[in-house]
Amino acid sequence: MEVCARFRDPRLAKRLAKKIRALEPGEPVKFCHVCGTHEWTISHYGIRSLLPENVEVVAGPGCPVCITPAALIDAACELALDGVVVATYGDMFRAPGTRGSLYQARAEGADVRVVYSITDAVKMAREEPGRDFVFFAIGFETTAPSTAVEVLRRPPRNLSFLVAHRLIPPAMELLAGMEELAIRGFIAPGHVSTIIGAQPYAIFPERYNMPVVVAGFEPLDVLMAIYMLLRQLKEGVARLENEYTRAVRWEGNLKAKEFMRRAFDVADGAWRGLGVIPNSALELKEALKTHDAVERYGLDPGRSGRDVPPGCRCHEIMIGKAYPTDCPLFLRACRPDRPVGPCMVSVEGTCRIWALEGGWFKG
Amino acid sequence: MCLAVPARVLEVRGSKAKVDFGGTVREVDVSLVDVRPGQYVLVHAGFAIQVLDEREAEEILRAWEELLGA
Repeated sequence: MEVCARFRDPRLAKRLAKKIRALEPGEPVKFCHVCGTHEWTISHYGIRSLLPENVEVVAGPGCPVCITPAALIDAACELALDGVVVATYGDMFRAPGTRGSLYQARAEGADVRVVYSITDAVKMAREEPGRDFVFFAIGFETTAPSTAVEVLRRPPRNLSFLVAHRLIPPAMELLAGMEELAIRGFIAPGHVSTIIGAQPYAIFPERYNMPVVVAGFEPLDVLMAIYMLLRQLKEGVARLENEYTRAVRWEGNLKAKEFMRRAFDVADGAWRGLGVIPNSALELKEALKTHDAVERYGLDPGRSGRDVPPGCRCHEIMIGKAYPTDCPLFLRACRPDRPVGPCMVSVEGTCRIWALEGGWFKG
Repeated sequence: MCLAVPARVLEVRGSKAKVDFGGTVREVDVSLVDVRPGQYVLVHAGFAIQVLDEREAEEILRAWEELLGA
């Protein structure tokens, strides 16, 4: 789309940065985004360098690979080592459980396949009816509808789903309630919001007196969101605003939400390093349990695993309590080419983004 | 993971559509949207997740240009 490029217009960005500096809040304020792609835009375009010194933007738990509990990764690895074909999205492949990653399982002879889409996994299972397949379904509301579509489409009998989808608003609510984080406003994730709409964030101004701006992923989108948050602080109000109007409607994508409602129930869910967050997970509806890998293989993903390796501060980095540079392992023991913590594994992990886009990693 | 890329819809056939990512043509699933050829969609993991509103994009850019005196 031609018009997309205009959301990267450096001339407008310069003027917007000037407006942002004019709203310098007179006290330190911290905003939080909840999306790995926002962190990428912020780091890649050096957006932090354009902000007044007392305005901080931190990354919340917006990397789906990073927040997938180690115990679930362990379960996927065990299945793979038992001879089940495990298919999943790219980054999940290298994310470490407590005893290694799917990548390591493959090195031990397991059949692990990286797919671009869940539809590829369905196709593979259909083409190889003699083998058992599990699709490891991770991701937030952006990804969950595609799982719903395939689950409801009568998948082949030899395919089941290890559903690890998580929901963003409950995680934001956890952060909003943590007073020590002192977050003064949220940049809400644009692509999650294409599905759920802007409406679910209304609780933040209402209950927490916290401004929210739903934002897209071009540099102007993110700058505009920061500008709108600062403007609200200046006016002394807390509102829910949407700057990503080209993609996000108030009610979201009704069709996608209906698919999700038909496929999933909402349940409490564990987030790696953060513990259990109420009403933050999706699980397959009772009628679809025949395709649930947990039931089919008698898995126990609720058991606790050691989520964070010794010394690693991913659990604090994922809630914006620490920066990657605060971690003693960052670019010492834990590097993009040999990651230790989950935030260094995924392209949406804050540590990996800081290392590669923030200019910290010199090879 | 939550990255979604805009693409122009070329052809719709049932739940599938041929879309153009600035020169690369791929088939994506359009079960989650109501879409017709010529429109732009956001594509994530092989599924169109939302239709982009071009008029809204133009309008907001105009509003921003006004705000920024550009």
